[in-house]
Amino acid sequence: MSLLRIDGLHVEFGPLVAVHDAGLEVGPGEFVGLIGESGSGKTLTCRSILRLLPRGASMSAREISFDGRDVQAMSGAELRALRAREIGMIFQDPFSTLNPVFRVGEQLAETLRVNLGMKKAAARAEAIELLGHVGIPDPPRRFLSYPHELSGGMRQRVMIAMAMAAKPRMLIADEPTTALDVTTQEQILELLLRLRREHDMAVVLVSHDFGVIAQVCDRVAVMYGGFVVESATVETIYQRPEHPYTRALLESVPSLESAGRRARRQAIEGQPPELSEQVAGCVFRPRCRFARDSCGEVSMALEEVAPAHACACPVRPFARTAVRT
Amino acid sequence: MSVATVELKAAPRTRARRDWLSTPVLIGAVIVALLALAALLAPLIAPYKPNDVDFLNPVAPPSWAHPMGTDDAGRDVFSRSLYGLRLDLAIVLLVTYVPLPIGVLLGAISGSFGGKTDAMISRVADVMLAFPFFVLVIAIIAIVGPGLKGVLIGVPLAGWALYTRLSRSEMLVLREQPFMLATTALGYTRARSILRHAVPNLMRTALIYSTLDMVVNLLLLASLSYLGLGKQPPGAELGTIIAGGQPYLLSAWWISTLPGLILVLFGVGVGLIGDGLSDGRLRGRS
Repeated sequence: MSLLRIDGLHVEFGPLVAVHDAGLEVGPGEFVGLIGESGSGKTLTCRSILRLLPRGASMSAREISFDGRDVQAMSGAELRALRAREIGMIFQDPFSTLNPVFRVGEQLAETLRVNLGMKKAAARAEAIELLGHVGIPDPPRRFLSYPHELSGGMRQRVMIAMAMAAKPRMLIADEPTTALDVTTQEQILELLLRLRREHDMAVVLVSHDFGVIAQVCDRVAVMYGGFVVESATVETIYQRPEHPYTRALLESVPSLESAGRRARRQAIEGQPPELSEQVAGCVFRPRCRFARDSCGEVSMALEEVAPAHACACPVRPFARTAVRT
Repeated sequence: MSVATVELKAAPRTRARRDWLSTPVLIGAVIVALLALAALLAPLIAPYKPNDVDFLNPVAPPSWAHPMGTDDAGRDVFSRSLYGLRLDLAIVLLVTYVPLPIGVLLGAISGSFGGKTDAMISRVADVMLAFPFFVLVIAIIAIVGPGLKGVLIGVPLAGWALYTRLSRSEMLVLREQPFMLATTALGYTRARSILRHAVPNLMRTALIYSTLDMVVNLLLLASLSYLGLGKQPPGAELGTIIAGGQPYLLSAWWISTLPGLILVLFGVGVGLIGDGLSDGRLRGRS
């Protein structure tokens, strides 16, 4: 049974629909990636798991369940308990997710005291332990640091320690490495992999970087214009992408082999749709190389094209062809 | 190598410290500290009791026996000023720092919740701000009678509103900060988010503003006493002392001028601190 199930999720800002009928499933201990351009609805989708939507947004879904419990029906207290102990979340910008006026150790110890009911001294000891566990050197000294005294990577480690304090069964990482440089990104991804292995924890990783996703994820869902357009294992997405958008996205990623070759990488023509734009039929149609007239009438429902591989394109121009030969 | 790292670590620390501990702050702090110490230790420092009368030397100019001279009744102006400052400071601290946390909290609630809560708190604050402050205090004195009671009731009654305004607008910025979102994501209650995480961030602006407020309140208190609505004679209070010396301003300048200078000195000291702190804050942000 899956740990998290989202089905038919809609997120709206008044009349503007930002996420359409999105679905996502995460099994226990699974590492799932959510990839898409800016504005594709990936952040809103992962935030709706904890019902943490920005002001003015409203959500509805046929189902959002965590461990068999309906998240949408939860009371305030139940929701707090879910956020505190079962699902951890880290954010994109480690420069502003820590409160600037408190020492990082105090913030971490507060999480332990509030969410796990620890005594002050025990929380302090445990916090120092946790700081060391997420790879912060000299934890007793770093306990006393203020956020502005730490580097971006260190701050993200502290955030991870806070999110992991209660040993949650799932961690939602919303672009955790986007604000960091590549070397630090590597270390943070390795840390996430290690923590997932040690705690048998599921991870939902949101990113716009295929490289990041490919490195750590088991499965991946591709989002475009508020729709999930394709979902499959990482290998399948890489070797047999079915949706024209997924393929275009993969082709636009530069690789070492392509360096020096005369052929330029294929950029996707045009811009992703604005929130206020209403596109009939397939949302990718205006930018799609394989668009045909019938695409104006298709639904964007995911259809199973192979076991554990779903795609929202009924045209399927690449059926049974590999992307890289 | 190790030397270099040590230096790198030390450098940002000293700069952060200098950001707020600038020369003006230091001068202001010394002035305020001296005055506060003098006020606190008034019974030890003052050569006379505030109402001791030197019958033989009325309206005497400053001398070794009377550093700030004596007034028309032969009372030592220096001793009276010290006791007056003691009373003034106690009251000013009370009427400035009692409404401050209340105002900040209301502002935080108002900014964080928005909607009806915000509208209600903000409108009440607007009314308090729109109402002439001085008139309100005098109106309350008209009800409770002349004396310090009017100040003690009237100033806090109106004083919270400015802090509410200030904190509300800061809260509107703060609530969009990712770390406030993170407190929700960590499953903290709303009360904890606001009290533990937002309020300490709001305090800084409020405390800087309070230095200004303190000077305004001190002047208000002295003005009311000068008008005969504050501390009643023969009680020692800077405003009453200044008012009492007014008829002799041309013949015995020291009775009004020297206590007035103490008032000015305190205002300058507090102003320097506030100014320096807000400058440091701006620099710290850039």
